[in-house]
Amino acid sequence: MDAAFADAEFWAEYRALLRDFVGRPSPLMEATRYVAEPNAATLLFKREDLNHTGAHKINNTVGQGLLAQRMAKRRLIAETGAGQHGVATATIGAKLGIPVDVFMGAIDVERQSLNVYVMQLLGARVHPVTSGTQTLKDATNEAFREWAGRVEDTFYVIGSVVGAHPYPYMVREFQRIIGVEARAQVLERYERLPTDVIACVGGGSNAMGIFSGFVDDASVRLWGVEAAGHGLSSPDTAASLNAGTIGILHGSRSYVLQSAEGQVRNTHSISAGLDYPGVGPEHAFLKESGRAAYVAATDEEALAAFHRCAEREGIVPALESAHALAFAERLALERGRDGLVLVNLSGRGDKDTRHVAALESRQ
Amino acid sequence: MSGVERIAAAFARAKAERRVALIPYLCAGDPDAATTAAILAAIAPSVDVIEIGIPYGDPLADGPTIAAAAQRALDGGMTIDGALALARDASREDGPPIIMFTYVNPIVQYGLERFAEAMFAAGAAGAIVPDVPLEEIGPIRSAFAPRGLALPLLVAPTTPLERAAGIAEASDGFVYLVSRLGVTSAQREPDFDWIAGRVARLRERTPKPIAVGFGIATPEHVRRVSAIADGAIVGSALIDACAGYRGDEAVARVGAFLEGLAATA
Repeated sequence: MDAAFADAEFWAEYRALLRDFVGRPSPLMEATRYVAEPNAATLLFKREDLNHTGAHKINNTVGQGLLAQRMAKRRLIAETGAGQHGVATATIGAKLGIPVDVFMGAIDVERQSLNVYVMQLLGARVHPVTSGTQTLKDATNEAFREWAGRVEDTFYVIGSVVGAHPYPYMVREFQRIIGVEARAQVLERYERLPTDVIACVGGGSNAMGIFSGFVDDASVRLWGVEAAGHGLSSPDTAASLNAGTIGILHGSRSYVLQSAEGQVRNTHSISAGLDYPGVGPEHAFLKESGRAAYVAATDEEALAAFHRCAEREGIVPALESAHALAFAERLALERGRDGLVLVNLSGRGDKDTRHVAALESRQ
Repeated sequence: MSGVERIAAAFARAKAERRVALIPYLCAGDPDAATTAAILAAIAPSVDVIEIGIPYGDPLADGPTIAAAAQRALDGGMTIDGALALARDASREDGPPIIMFTYVNPIVQYGLERFAEAMFAAGAAGAIVPDVPLEEIGPIRSAFAPRGLALPLLVAPTTPLERAAGIAEASDGFVYLVSRLGVTSAQREPDFDWIAGRVARLRERTPKPIAVGFGIATPEHVRRVSAIADGAIVGSALIDACAGYRGDEAVARVGAFLEGLAATA
C-alpha cells in the first residue's frame, strides 16, 4: 500500500477510473426546498448518490481493486450488509477482471434480495452467512476467516474505515476525494467555507471521506450522525459512539456496543448499512479530541427525512443518508441565514424503497 | 512453582517420556458448566496441559465448531468468572497446568490486572490471547509476568522467520505454531512436511518447546506431530467428539477420543 500511495501513476489510474467509470466529480447541489424556512441556513448536498452503483462505496472499491491488481491478487472478497459494498466490489471486480466472493448475513440476503441478484449479474458469488446474528458483523467475521485461509491469493476489500491497520487509514484515503471535491466546490460557488459538515456514521467511511476535506479548517464544525434505532437508551440501537464503550472489534480499538463482559451486542437500525456494533477508530479519535461531534437520529426521524427529501428535493435518499438529513433539518434552522450547511448525501434510496414500503404497510 | 515453570515442567516430563505433550482444548460451559467440570476431572490424568476456552461471541480465529461451542456456552450463561471457577476446581499441584484461551476484548473489559489476579487465584498457569499481535502484548505481559503467568504466543504460517523468532523470544511456556492458514477446524488435512520444515527452522532460533495446533484431529495427526514437535493441541475434533452430549455421556466420548490420541502421542 505504501508503495502504491507513493506512486503518482497509481493515483492517476484511480482518478481516471473515478472520472470515466464512477462519474466523478459528483455534483454539489443547493437543496432549496428541503428546509423551507426563510431563516434557515443554506443547505448543500454533496451528491454521492449520483455515483455509479449509487453510493460513495465505489470510491473505495476502485482504490482497493487497483491495489489488489497491483499486488497480483487473484480474488477479491468483501463483507456486505445492505449489499451496497458488495455491489461496489462486484462492480470493480468485473471491471478489472478479478473474481469476487461476497459474504452476507443470511438475514440480509433475504432482506436485500435485489442487491444479491445485482451482485450475481456482475459475476460475483454471494455466500450467505448463518453464524451469530446473520447480519453485517457476522459477514465481517466470516470474511476475515476466509481471508485468513486464503491470504496469499486473496485481497479482502473492507467496506468501511474499520478493521485492523491499514484499513481505517486506507479506506479514508480512498474516500478523501469526497471532501477534497466538496471543499473546492463550496469555495468556488460561495467564496467561503461551510459552517457545518454533516454525514451519517455506521462504520464511518463516507463521514471520514467528507470530514478529511475540512478537518484542518478549524471554523468548520463536523457532525457525525449515528443510527439511534429505537432510541439511544434502548437496546435496539446502532449508535456505537453515543451508546457504546471502548473495546476491540475486528482488529481495532474504538467504541463498541458491548456487554460489561465484552460480548458484542446485537444492534438495530432501520438502515442495514448503519447496523454495525463498532465504528472506525478515527471517529473515536475525532470524538475524544472534540474535533467532531456525534449525534444520533432514530429510525422514525430518518424515515421522516427520507420522505421529506423525496417530496421536496426530488431525491430518494438512502436510509443511511436520511440519518444525516434528519439532523441537517434541525441544524439548518438553528444556524439561521448565515449558516452554510453541507450534507454528504452518501447514497440513493432505490435499494430501500421495498423495505420502507413493507414497513409502512405494516403500520 | 509459577505458571511458566509448571508449563515447562509438563513439556519436560513428556519429553523425558519420549512423548509429544497432549494439549486438549475445551470450551468452558459447552454445553454446561457441570459437563465441562466432569470432563476436566476425567481427562486430567491422561493429558499434559489443558486449554480452557473462555467463550466469545465473535471468535475470529475459530471455525464453525468452536464458534458454535462458544455460542452454546454463552447461551448457557457462561462468564469469565465461571470459566475461571472451572479452572480453579480442576487445578491441582500434581495435575496438568491449565491455560485459559481468550480473545482480547473480554479480558480488556474485565480489566487485565483483575483478570491476571483472578487467574493466579484460580491456579491457572497463563493464557493464550490469539488476537493480539506481538506489538500490543505489553499491557498483558505487564499484568501476567509479576504473577508468573505464561503468555504463549502464536506463529502463523505466513509469519516471516525473523518475526517468528521474535515472537518465540517473547513467548513463554511454549511457542504455538499454527499448522496451516485459516481458522481452527478439524475439516482440512494439515501438511506435515511443511510443518516439519517450519519447526526445523524455528528450532534453530529458539530452545522453547513448540506445540502445533489448528487442524490436529486424529491419532494419525498426533503421531505425525510427535515426530516433529513438542506438543499437539487438539480442539475442534475433541468438541466434535462430544458435541450434543452432556454429563457422563460427554465424559465417556471425550475419554475414548483422547485415549485414541494418547496411544500415538
